[in-house]
Amino acid sequence: MINKIVQSMAELMTGIKDGSTVLLGGFGSVGQPNALIDGLIEQGAKDLVVACNNAGAGHVGLARLMELGRVRKIICSFPRSSDPVVFETLYRAGKIELEIVPQGTLAERMRAAGAGVPAFFTATGVGTKMAVGKEHREIDGRTYILEQALKGDIGLVEAWEADRWGNLTYRLAGRNFNPVVAMASALTLVQTQHVRELGQIDPDHIVTPGIFVDRVLHVPYGDPSGF
Amino acid sequence: MSETVVTDIKPFSRVQMAQNAAADIPEGWYVNLGIGMPTAIADWVPAEREVIFHSENGVLGMGPAPEKDSIEPWLINAGKQYVTLRAGGSICHHADSFSMIRGGHLDLCVLGAFQVADNGDIANWATSENDTAPAVGGAMDLAAGAKRLWVLMDHTTKDGSPKLVTRCTYPLTAPACVRRVYTNLATIDVTERGFVVRAMAPGMTFENLQARTDAKLHIAA
Repeated sequence: MINKIVQSMAELMTGIKDGSTVLLGGFGSVGQPNALIDGLIEQGAKDLVVACNNAGAGHVGLARLMELGRVRKIICSFPRSSDPVVFETLYRAGKIELEIVPQGTLAERMRAAGAGVPAFFTATGVGTKMAVGKEHREIDGRTYILEQALKGDIGLVEAWEADRWGNLTYRLAGRNFNPVVAMASALTLVQTQHVRELGQIDPDHIVTPGIFVDRVLHVPYGDPSGF
Repeated sequence: MSETVVTDIKPFSRVQMAQNAAADIPEGWYVNLGIGMPTAIADWVPAEREVIFHSENGVLGMGPAPEKDSIEPWLINAGKQYVTLRAGGSICHHADSFSMIRGGHLDLCVLGAFQVADNGDIANWATSENDTAPAVGGAMDLAAGAKRLWVLMDHTTKDGSPKLVTRCTYPLTAPACVRRVYTNLATIDVTERGFVVRAMAPGMTFENLQARTDAKLHIAA
């Protein structure tokens, strides 16, 4: 019997190595796998490359992971937040690398990784400093730049519902990057608000089929609050 | 004499700027409004004129801000404000949401900007090449991907420097893509001729507007 649902955070986090590239779902505090980030802090892996939209806020979650010196590089579109103090301090001190990526390019790089597309051409960033050093190609009269797929060794995802095969649904704006993080990562770890019996989730409503998911932990924390 | 002229000008307020842009959005358009001033445009599109608002984080068919007692904590926009969904609204993931942008499906995006050049270049994400940690978000995707890009911004900086320029000095968001600019002093099209003035704030003269604009202005034919 396939059962991707694990009973403890320690079991969920097994096998995360130093130097891993970690893709994070979430946009603002909605759909952000905060419990899993805390689990990663506890687990201890270091020298991480983290890709997500923002670079953490306050001194919790991703900001805490960075503050502990565990993140070598962050790949994101928007390193600012309501309280970006940890990132900004580390960045000014030269203690963290930053790769800025336009938000749509970030999402597409993850989707491409999940779809077996190693790189793709896009008009986003052409004529800007994002295009410096990248291959340019004119296709049907328009100029594009080549962007590389972004694979995760680890993907951290927050779902609304999950079953033991790892099929997932999301809640409203909590979907955001989570489905592309799931498909782009070699080891996809999920926290879910609700666990459903197999067959209980309408097949038409499953957003991420279980083939993209490795382990699931039940974390029924309720509604997100604050940003 | 020039003092008298200056005091006669009644610049468009923020609300009027948003109203000016809202009046030009026809029913049926799919529209993304940038964070900041452009967000207010939605308040001035009457509900009976069906314009479908998109937010980068996978929300299509956004309605007005919720009442305080009916906030849905799982529904925010790209500015991380609570929003509502209209009947017919839908949710998708980030890559699909940006496919709407990058695939040329949005009829319009309205962004704020630091500078717009008369060839349509826009600079709106970083104020120097050495910005400590510049934050681009979805601006480059929106500028390069939407069918048309309008800008809503003040005509000059707080110290009076022109923001409508012959060449952007700040890092570009995207080249040659702005089609129209709504400022507190005028509404200006970006055409093959350069900046063409469509409308001016009450009391504003063409000469006075030109004096506050770095690039050459043209009178609408």
